[in-house]
Amino acid sequence: MESELKGKAWKFGDGISTDHIAPGRLFHLRTNLPELAKHVLEDADPEFPNKVRKGDFVVGGRNFGLGSSREHAPTIIKLSGVGAVLAKSFARIFYRNAINVGLPVLICDTDQIEDEDELEIDLSAGVIKDVTKGIELTFSPLPDIMIKILSDGGLAAHINKYGDFKLE
Amino acid sequence: MGKTIAEKIIGEHAGRDVVAGDIVVAKVDVAAVQDGTGPLAVQQLEKMNLIQAKNPERTVLFIDHAAPSPHKDLSNAHKILRDFAKKTGVDLSEIGTGVCHQRLVESYVNPGDILIGADSHTCTSGALGAFATGMGSTDVAVGIALGKTWLRVPETIRINVNGEFKEGVYAKDLILYLIGKITADGATYKALEFGGETIKKMSMSDRFTLSNMAVEAGAKTGLIEADETTKAFLESRGRGKKFRAIAPDEDAVYEELIEIDASEIEPMVSAPHTVDNTSTAAELAGTKLDQVFIGTCTNGRLSDLAIAAKLLEGKVRHPDTRLIVVPASKDVYLDALAAGYIETFIRAGAAVMAPGCGPCVGVHQGILGDGEACLSTQNRNFQGRMGNTKGFIYLASPATAAISAIKGEITDPREVL
Repeated sequence: MESELKGKAWKFGDGISTDHIAPGRLFHLRTNLPELAKHVLEDADPEFPNKVRKGDFVVGGRNFGLGSSREHAPTIIKLSGVGAVLAKSFARIFYRNAINVGLPVLICDTDQIEDEDELEIDLSAGVIKDVTKGIELTFSPLPDIMIKILSDGGLAAHINKYGDFKLE
Repeated sequence: MGKTIAEKIIGEHAGRDVVAGDIVVAKVDVAAVQDGTGPLAVQQLEKMNLIQAKNPERTVLFIDHAAPSPHKDLSNAHKILRDFAKKTGVDLSEIGTGVCHQRLVESYVNPGDILIGADSHTCTSGALGAFATGMGSTDVAVGIALGKTWLRVPETIRINVNGEFKEGVYAKDLILYLIGKITADGATYKALEFGGETIKKMSMSDRFTLSNMAVEAGAKTGLIEADETTKAFLESRGRGKKFRAIAPDEDAVYEELIEIDASEIEPMVSAPHTVDNTSTAAELAGTKLDQVFIGTCTNGRLSDLAIAAKLLEGKVRHPDTRLIVVPASKDVYLDALAAGYIETFIRAGAAVMAPGCGPCVGVHQGILGDGEACLSTQNRNFQGRMGNTKGFIYLASPATAAISAIKGEITDPREVL
């Protein structure tokens, strides 16, 4: 996983649910993730799947990813090319799933970031630079086990590598 | 230092003493997936070269969300689960058997167990005094193959409920009231532990309703002591020997204590599009409804259907309001048939459907039209949840749902009780 990320911020509000990200009406696409990814977040912003570019960031408010345990939600955000999701807080299952699929999720004060701001993020240094605004934000560090899983490329890759959970 | 229920159960499964905040690898007793999350779990197991189940007799693949299949792609997804079950010997819960959470409490989960399920409402089994939590497909896939998972021991919020419910007020109203109070992220990462006199006297069915919705406040699980009521329930399901008492220590350390007086709670309704957007049914009275749905893992049990049937007996739904009833499991369905409830629903104008998730997930069996409003006994009313972002979902108890179906608009059940 690259430690330095660069891209445009796409801003969403509070309470973006897994139904906004990967809605139940597209249940039949869950075994066809590239196709499902074409609809990512469209129920929150119908234009998002067309405008997102590789390396961009999804920037939410409070309780991002609430609702279902569907891992398809962070998976299709990642498949759409998004480098990281930033939010003031995340719902628990989404947060864990995101790490498991290798999608960085960063808790920070997203109020200061506006739609289409250019961001540069140094994951290892824990710094988010809003180039458009000329400000720097910090984000809360992940627990060690999550850093380990993320740096291995997700949980499946972690288990492939060690055959078990490797906590240290 | 005293321990919460969560600390006790996770400690037993990690083989050491734990406190909130610890990160451990813990043994998994029961692992479950459903047809929306299971195919991805199987694909992940293939990726990890782990086509195996550590405890096949306590691993269950449920076909409940889109059952029977409404789409060829879903039929093919179901085949992935059936093939995996044949290869590994795990249980497959076929169409018509019921919603995973109801089936898990009926036949699989015991007090003191750890259950991980690839469905957010896995927390339902917490009412049996089990640490039951929802995770994604890959986490549960690893739990199936290796029989373990990693967990952060959660802090616990203790909810003490005392006092008697008013007439027309039920466990569903209590949990909606609580979520309205603490909000949809008020318990994020935490365990809820319900206790107090009201919970002690509460039936197992109502306890499941409470635990089921713990995740709607962001909680990791919703725990309730395993007591004589739990024991009687397990005996009724032929698992009396699996009973063990589970309770927190008297000096357990809680992050927060919330006291609720049950007698102050009114019939509640969550309005679109968040569960914490609560009002009393009286405040929303008169809201026109195009559809009413009685069922789900939240309120599709026999006692829920009994409440609804009593109110619908000899009545007919409002001509502009469709009524859908889905028993939560095959056993619930059979018991409801024997009690005459199903006939009551059909004569009241309901479409009664096979046990499963029904229209709750927005896949089939009652997708809303543009601008339509549905009052449902389900647990979630997010925008788009019932298959259309232009639909409006209200959440309430089976009593409020039944009365509202007759009146064609949101109605406080005490109007007729």
